[in-house]
This record gives sequence, structure tokens and C-alpha cells, in this order.
Amino acid sequence: MNTTGIKPARPAPPKKRDWSWRSQALRSVLYQVVALALVFGAGYYLLGNTLDNMRLRGIKSGFDFVTQPAGFGIGESIIPFDSAESYGKAFAVGVSNTLRVAVVGIVLATLLGTLIGIGRLSRNVLLRTLCGAYVEFFRNVPLLLQLFIWYFILTETLPTIEEALRPLPGVFFSKNGLQFPIPIWSQGHVLTLAGLGLGLLGAWWWGRQSRHHFEATGRSRPVWLPGLLLVLGLSLLGWLLAGRPAALDIPEKSELNVVGGGSVTPEYMTVLVGLTIYTAAYIAEIVRGGIQAVPFGQHEASAALGLSRGKEVRLVLLPQALRVIIPPVTSQYLNLTKNSSLAVAVGYPDLVSISTTSLNQTGRAIECIAIIMACYLTLSLLTSWFMNAYNRRSLLKER
Amino acid sequence: MKLSKISTLAAAAAAVVTLTATPAHAGKTIDAIKARGQVICGVNPSLPGFAAADSQGNWAGFDVDVCKAVAATVLNDATKVKWTPLNASQRFAALQAGEIDVLSRNTTWTLTRDASLGLNFTGVTYYDGQGFMVTKKSKITSAKQLKGATVCVQSGTTTEKNLADYSKAMNLNMKPVVFETQEATNKAYFTGRCQVYTTDASGLASVRNKEATNPDDHVILPDLISKEPLGPSVRRGDDEWFAIVKWVVFALIEAEEYGITQANVDQMKASSTDPVVQRILGTSEDTGKLLGLDKDWAYRAIKAVGNYGEMFERNVGPKSTLKLPRGANNLWSKGGLIYAPPVR
Repeated sequence: MNTTGIKPARPAPPKKRDWSWRSQALRSVLYQVVALALVFGAGYYLLGNTLDNMRLRGIKSGFDFVTQPAGFGIGESIIPFDSAESYGKAFAVGVSNTLRVAVVGIVLATLLGTLIGIGRLSRNVLLRTLCGAYVEFFRNVPLLLQLFIWYFILTETLPTIEEALRPLPGVFFSKNGLQFPIPIWSQGHVLTLAGLGLGLLGAWWWGRQSRHHFEATGRSRPVWLPGLLLVLGLSLLGWLLAGRPAALDIPEKSELNVVGGGSVTPEYMTVLVGLTIYTAAYIAEIVRGGIQAVPFGQHEASAALGLSRGKEVRLVLLPQALRVIIPPVTSQYLNLTKNSSLAVAVGYPDLVSISTTSLNQTGRAIECIAIIMACYLTLSLLTSWFMNAYNRRSLLKER
Repeated sequence: MKLSKISTLAAAAAAVVTLTATPAHAGKTIDAIKARGQVICGVNPSLPGFAAADSQGNWAGFDVDVCKAVAATVLNDATKVKWTPLNASQRFAALQAGEIDVLSRNTTWTLTRDASLGLNFTGVTYYDGQGFMVTKKSKITSAKQLKGATVCVQSGTTTEKNLADYSKAMNLNMKPVVFETQEATNKAYFTGRCQVYTTDASGLASVRNKEATNPDDHVILPDLISKEPLGPSVRRGDDEWFAIVKWVVFALIEAEEYGITQANVDQMKASSTDPVVQRILGTSEDTGKLLGLDKDWAYRAIKAVGNYGEMFERNVGPKSTLKLPRGANNLWSKGGLIYAPPVR
């Protein structure tokens, strides 16, 4: 940290570059040119060779298949998909299914991991030991095995669709997954959503106001309760104004299945639970390490201020620990996204599963693998870009 | 499993990528096989009746016998085969990359595969069709009753597409659950995750027989929803090898037609006066020369695995554990579809 404002002295750069053979400048340029030429040369050679060989063997290549009708069905998706739609759309469904696991998994793994990481530092021996055992067990068993175990447990223990568990009216839980009622979309829901948006905006504004108030006067005002009331109240108001649309799509038992409503398959549950529990073990260790990286003096200082243990963790320890935690947790998020490709082993139609099917229908192996790589690379780069931005925000503010 | 699949695909891709720029000239495969002393044959890892290894690692089955016959023909020893078990999704990459010489793995002959995958089908060894298996308890008797059913299916097959077509045409809205391997698909069906299992009818019989605790609890529905002509295939660009594999199968079919069996082949060779039998067994004309082989080529194939009918009976027919009827796979002269061009 440079707090004095005095810049350290630097040697003055040479006035003119020396381009003789023995100069560093020339050599560094030369090395870079040679390295680039080698990389491009190798790439050109490999690509040309591949295309030549494929042509000789009569293997068709190219990405033209993407617009052709796919012809296969996809078991579950958030985007509706019909077998007459294109391979491109099928890939989009695959990406959406991967995201569906990755995003929910990241949120859940972060929550669970943070709780367990804090639990490992608990003063309660039982809690501390349990959390330690959790980390050691789930971190040290291969993920693929865990997925198989979860899938086995789910599909073996759940009852068949005929004897489905019905914990609530309209909710079915069986080997076919979880089916539940969802509201049917109607015009009125626009107003409810508008209310929700306004409520969120209001809550954010109230939070800002309270912070300014606190900084100006030193008195804290309640933030969470009014915020929650604003969000709920305005949503409710919107819903009432819209004439209380209450139509629900309730699942019903058909001959062989349950139709209607929202549904979650055992494959999705398996992948989500497996990834969450596995990644949470790593995140717990990162959180524990991050908290322990905060100097002990901070703990003493908060104790001296009379902060409760909960407030100490929330207000003093975690904000400082975050700086240590965020970069390695980003890697875990990336891992979780990439590990979701194991979903294919338990029959979840993720990106890899759909690419495999497309690969086999079209025979375009190199193209399909290139698409998989491009999709994962994009997802990973977006994740790390977002997390790096967040990391910059949480860095120590030098004032 | 995921990893192994990716690595096989990657290896295959890498093999295509790094092969030398000069093309392989025709006739290479047979030279390589002779130099190596082994035919490398891609088979299904576990489809008893068609291809499966026993506890000693001996492979047996209908598809396996095709490779044994080829090895007997070209190497004079039916045991000189290296078996490469392949997943549905690995098989074409393995053939394209030259990891195997012949793919004999219940593979359906379709236009897309024939025209765009760099391979040639050498004929049909088994006429099959896609069917459905359900539990007897479900009391389902026809595929038309499968509305909304969850269907277990293995990825990398023509099956997924047929299922979508049929589901759409019949307005059944069936839900596929797609698994990477046959084992995972079997398991999901038998734990009750899916109400229906779909694959080729012969495959269903094999799975039911091997995996079910009580095979009688499961019913294969009479409806066949597709044509699945299964046969071996070879890499494109080597016409000599293509012809050899093609004619080995034809010779086995001809042998059945003219009554040559594993048991009587020696006696027939010594004493038959039928000109057709003499030609097949190489006692009159030398048909082998035209294929780049010697005149005993067909004799060795028949001696090793028997004729087509014997192959069928032994592995999948009514007397085997699969108990599949001859049906469409009977000789053309007996009302079936099995027909070979003449060996002459």
C-alpha cells in the first residue's frame, strides 16, 4: 500500500531503442514472432490435415446441420422443444438445462457451504465435528459415484407413480419426480410483477436511505422488515388490483403419468443435490479458511465493542473474509458448471447429453465437440467476468 | 464412463487430426491385418446372444461369429480376433479413426450413416425392428396405450429418433430419459424409473433375459415401430476389404441354402457333386482368387462358425436362451428376407 503519495524513483528509460542483433528489444520481438508463427503453423497444419483426411474418407463436415430438424425428443426442458425443431434449438435447450442446474446449484452450494464453513468454527463440539465430517466425506468421494448413489436412492426408494406420495393436494412425489401446481399465466400477473419490481426498488431505496441516515446520525433504522413489507405489500397490491387471478395448473393423474403443472424429474434432483453437496464441501473449506485469515485482533475488537457473536460474524468477519474467499469460490463455481457434464451418466438431458445425441444422429464429431467446448468456455468466461467484477467491489477500499 | 467416452472420442478425433496427409491406398486393411495377425473387431460390450464375454473373457454371440468367420477366412484361425467393446456413441469414431477393422455391433443401416460417416455397410445380417418392453403388471398390450409414458432409451442410437417420430405420429407425448450406457438404461428400467424400455426387439429380448429377476414379468409389445436392418460395416476407401467382409457373410447364407453345415462341411468338400457346393467350397472354381484370398476361404468360414442358420440357432434362435423366432431372418426360400447373391 502506498499511502505516502511519494513515488519510488525509477531509472530513466533509454532514449532510443537499440535494434542491433544483441539488443533485448530485437530479441524479444523476434521470439514473439517465432512463437506466433509456430502456434499458427501447427494450427494450420492440424486443421488442414483433419479436413483432408475427412474428405478422403468421405466424412461430411461443416456446421450446416445446425439448421436441420433434430428429429429426437428431449425429456425435460424449460424451453418447450419439439422433435421437428432444429439441432440449433436442441443445443439451446441443452444449454438451458445445464444453466438450470448450474445457477440453482451455485446458489444452494454457496448457502450450504457458508453455513457449514461457519459451523466448522463453531464453539459447539457436536456441530463442529459434524461439519468437519461432512467436508471430509463429500470432498473425498468421487462426484460420479455420489451422483450414482443419489440416483439409486431416489429411484429405488421412491414409490411408483401409481402409489405416488401426495404430501399436499395437487403435489405428486414418485419415481417420475415431483409434480406440483403452478399458476396459469394471465394478463393480471403483469400487475403483480410490476408490484414486485416497485417493491424491490423501494426496498433498495429504503436501504440506501437508512445507510445514509446511519452514517449521518449514528443511529440505525430497521432495514429488513420495512424492505420485506414493501416487496410483499406492493406485490399483493398489484395482484389485488389485477382482480386476484388465481387459476392454477394442477397436476392430475393420467393413465401412465401425471400431466400438467410444473415438474422436476429425479434426474434433475440427482444432479442438483449431488453437485450442491459436493461443491458445498469445498466452499465450506474456503469459507473457513477465509474467516480464519481475518486477524484475531478483529475478533477482540468486536468483542470489545460488545457485538454479539452473530453480529460479529455478519458485520466484521465475513466482509473482511470475502476478499480471501471470492477468488477460490469463483473456481468452485466454474467447477460446478463444468461438473454438471457428468449429468449424462444419470440421464439428465444437459448440453453434453444433447450434443452426444446430435453427434450420433449427424456423425459430426468434431463440430459437436467444438460446440460443447464453445458453450462451456462462454459460460465459464461469463462466470469469471461477473465474479471478478464482484471481487473488485469487495476489495479493500483505499481512501 | 463419461471420461472414458470423451477420451475415446478425443482419441479418435486426435487420430483423424494427426494422420499423415498422404491418403491410405486401397488394400491397406488386409495387409495390416496379415502383418498384425489379428482382425480388430468392434462389438457391443454386453448384449448376450449378439455379443458378450463370459467370465473367462471368451466372446460369443451372433455379431461375434461374423468376426470369427472373417478371421477364419483371412487368417485361417477364428480365434485371431482382438475384441474392442464399443458404446453406441463410440462406434463410428472408432471405425473412422482406424482403431477397428470391422464394426459388427447391431448397427442399423441408414442413409445418413452410409452416406456421411465414411463407412460402408457390408449387408444385412439381422432384420430387426424397434419395439417396446413393459412390465406384465402394467397390463399394457399395445404401444398405442403408452400415452404420456416415460421411456428409457440409450443414447447414440437410431432409437431416439424412431421414438420421437412414433410418439409424434401417434400423438402419444412419450418422455424419453436418455442414458449413456446400456447398463444405466437397464438399471433405470428395472428399478421402475421408466414404465417402458425401447430398443430393437432382439435387444429387448436379450436385456429381458439377462437382467430381469424374472423374465416372465416383462412383456415385449407386438408393435414394431421401425425397420432396423442390422449389419457389419467397414471403413470407406478400401474396396478389397469391403468385398471380403461382404462375401464372407454371403457365403454363410449360401451355405445354409445349399445345406452345408459345420458338421458336414468336410464330407461335402470331399464328395459333393453339386456344382454350386463345389464352387462355394473351392473344389472346382477358385472364387477366392478374385477376392485376393485362396480357394478354401468360404470353407474355413463355415468350418469355424457354421452356416447362417446355425449361427442364428446357436446364439439367438428358439433353442438359445433368447428364443427369438426366425421370422424375417429366415431364408428367402422359406418366406424370410435373408438372401445372398450367388457365389460364382
